[in-house]
Amino acid sequence: MNPAMTTSSSGELPLTNEHDIVLGRQAVRRMTQQQGFSLVDQTKMVTAASELARNSLIYGGGGTLKWAMLNEGTRRGLRLTFEDQGPGIPNLELAMTDGWSSGTGLGLGLTGTRRLVNEFEIQSTVGVGTRVVITRWK
Amino acid sequence: MGEFLLVTIQVDMHDQLALQLQDDLTRAIEKKGAKGVLIDISALEMVDSFIGRMIGDISGMARILDARTVLVGMQPAVAITLVELGLSLPGVATALNVERGMALLRKALNESGDDNFIKR
Repeated sequence: MNPAMTTSSSGELPLTNEHDIVLGRQAVRRMTQQQGFSLVDQTKMVTAASELARNSLIYGGGGTLKWAMLNEGTRRGLRLTFEDQGPGIPNLELAMTDGWSSGTGLGLGLTGTRRLVNEFEIQSTVGVGTRVVITRWK
Repeated sequence: MGEFLLVTIQVDMHDQLALQLQDDLTRAIEKKGAKGVLIDISALEMVDSFIGRMIGDISGMARILDARTVLVGMQPAVAITLVELGLSLPGVATALNVERGMALLRKALNESGDDNFIKR
């Protein structure tokens, strides 16, 4: 049986302007260090967070970043949830295609970000908002 | 007479600051008649798609203004992450450090036959 997953600490940060993206990635950097991630894994998680925070701000009109430091037996991880109440993504399947972009980005936002983490989950409802949950384990 | 511009990015830039840098740098290339630009990112702990695109754009703009750009000092963890993200910075020349970047610029300018520049 797998050991139970517990959360050692959690919190929330606003994503309402560009400066929040910087603060968000600095916070994520500290958390990954606290969880003992290697430098490469830290960098991947911080970069993924930066991409998703910018999406929440630009496409979602702002939102929140929720974080949770996870323990599962001796395994340590970090889970980040990006939520916005923006217009939502009409065609998720298309948005998750490599090279697709709605115009202002590089077309690798979501698919590129998915490659940087161990677990990636996205839910989006038109007119309601978008939620992306990413997890990376040490 | 041409000269090199050295830009060292030392802070975690918010997006507007990155765009400002693009603006300032293209102005500086024009004002100084610079033939080469070195962008040192050794202090950057992260390059996301926004900063990556900004670097690519600077390189393209500089080329149109008759200047070559070399990106130097990228940390290995940043390089690994960038490639996995899907951003390989096409069209951007890179070098391990400022010294090698400088050598690359000199070589490129030498090959383009700009003798005055090389001898100064």
